[in-house]
Amino acid sequence: MFPRPIQQSAPAVRWLYSIALPVALLLWLFPLLGVALTSLRPASDLAQGNYFGMPSGIAWENYVYIFTETPIGQYMVNSLWVTIPTVIGAVSLSLMTGFALAVYGFRGNILVFFMFVAGNFVPFQILMVPVRDMTLQLGMYDTWYGLALFHIAFQTGFCTLFMRNFIKALPYELIEAARVEGVVEWRIFWFIVLPLMRPAIAALSVLVFTFIWNDFFWATVLTQGVDSQPITAGLSSLNGQWIAQWHLVSAGSILAALPPVLMFFLMQKHFIAGLTLGAVK
Amino acid sequence: MTTASPTYRRPRKFNQRAIAPWLFLAPGLFMFTIYVLWPIVQSITLSFYDWNGLYNKDGQFTGTFVGMGNYAELVSDPAFETSLWNNLKWLVLYMAALPLGLFIAIFLNQTVTGIRLYKSLFFFPFVISQVVVGLIFAWFYAPNFGLFYLLTQSITGQGTAILADPDLVTYGIIAAGLWPQIAYVMILYLTGLNNVAPDQIEAARLDGAKGLKMLWYVVLPQLRPATFIAVIVTVIGALRSFDLVSIMTNGGPFGSSRVLSYYMFEMALGEYGFRMGYGAAIAVVLFAIMMVFITGFIWKMWRDETER
Repeated sequence: MFPRPIQQSAPAVRWLYSIALPVALLLWLFPLLGVALTSLRPASDLAQGNYFGMPSGIAWENYVYIFTETPIGQYMVNSLWVTIPTVIGAVSLSLMTGFALAVYGFRGNILVFFMFVAGNFVPFQILMVPVRDMTLQLGMYDTWYGLALFHIAFQTGFCTLFMRNFIKALPYELIEAARVEGVVEWRIFWFIVLPLMRPAIAALSVLVFTFIWNDFFWATVLTQGVDSQPITAGLSSLNGQWIAQWHLVSAGSILAALPPVLMFFLMQKHFIAGLTLGAVK
Repeated sequence: MTTASPTYRRPRKFNQRAIAPWLFLAPGLFMFTIYVLWPIVQSITLSFYDWNGLYNKDGQFTGTFVGMGNYAELVSDPAFETSLWNNLKWLVLYMAALPLGLFIAIFLNQTVTGIRLYKSLFFFPFVISQVVVGLIFAWFYAPNFGLFYLLTQSITGQGTAILADPDLVTYGIIAAGLWPQIAYVMILYLTGLNNVAPDQIEAARLDGAKGLKMLWYVVLPQLRPATFIAVIVTVIGALRSFDLVSIMTNGGPFGSSRVLSYYMFEMALGEYGFRMGYGAAIAVVLFAIMMVFITGFIWKMWRDETER
């Protein structure tokens, strides 16, 4: 193990480490903690310049205010309307593409695979004008499905990479054996491979959820207005209205951050398995 | 596309296996072509046109062909030059995420009580949206009361409003971007460190290797897959720096924090009017830069695939 386990060090070093850990964490999350505390600070404190001193009280009303006086609740619902269909769509499509690319040695296999991988890395801006134009032409501009369809297509690239590598690591004998038994291909997919894919599906679902929830660029390009804007774009426009009302900006930020954070804590193992794909041989 | 017809029987098994992959690929490939591959071609074409994004009442495209006109204009556009320079700063400085992420990973790679919680909390910044990261740092940098402002004030006697300073603003935004990026690199290295062969470490230890020497000659070579992924995601992160610029400064002050991704958006959809062709030309430049890295990545993957 590297570095040498701290248990083998002198007591003084161990003591130092046990102090350094919380201190480092505190410093690391300092900006976030500051915002979390500001979100609970009464507006009057900020007006009097009391930014970091003892708050005069805990102001839950900041949260009440943004829920009742701003459309932040609607924005969050909009985000769900985009995020959940995207998760379902991208995972389903990539299960099939991943299966095709992992199991069949057809000509052009590697080419199609690399195309998915490469497409996943292109800068969004090269897609922006045509995708926006097409979405407008199809009458899907400013709708949740217009946004979700794009996300499904784009995320299929990353998800295909993941699914393909996952299926490739399954024992191929399973599929061979089923073929000898005369099982048709789609049944192999449905009854043999799919049940083994649960961990991959879980990992990709949390990852795609987080990516899409946090997306700002496409939300700005493909939606407008309260009825369909997701939370990221909504928060940005609210920020424009709340100039320097940091207690509101903070409360909004904390709310927008909450769902992916919860997702991460509930599904930590899957989340990290997805992100670190390829980081070990 | 042809489908297997049930009428001819004998070669069915073989036939089915030839057609099945394409049927499985069809929906995903269709979506990906429509939304990713084809738009790339369209954008490249569009970069040779002057177009305001509108159609005439017959639904016909109203753009005019200008050849290399947009690109010629880019060469002498000072805003483009600023964006390009800033992109370079992003690329170079973002690489700091690698050593810093590795450092934190080594710091956290212990088995003491509660370490799992520490690891996840350190990873936190990556999970939250860049919009939120941008707002958090805008607050951190805010003039007069922001912590960073107060800190510089107590050290130099004069506070620095970093987001209002044309010379410093890009560095301020990059620092904000590094926060989640370091977290990502850290988690990659933590996973890598978990898989370092313990016998090699022990053997090196018996040979008297320790500290930095051990890290450089024994550990880092084993972390190569993690380093490779970390470089890739960091490059992509640096070139995709749209969200933070948009949230924190809108490219300002005086356009000094623009990057290509943001400048493209400004030209095509921003308040400067709808210059779709010009925007597309900027996007093509960004795409070309990214292509260098994509090609490298694919090349490495291809080598790994054919080795197996």
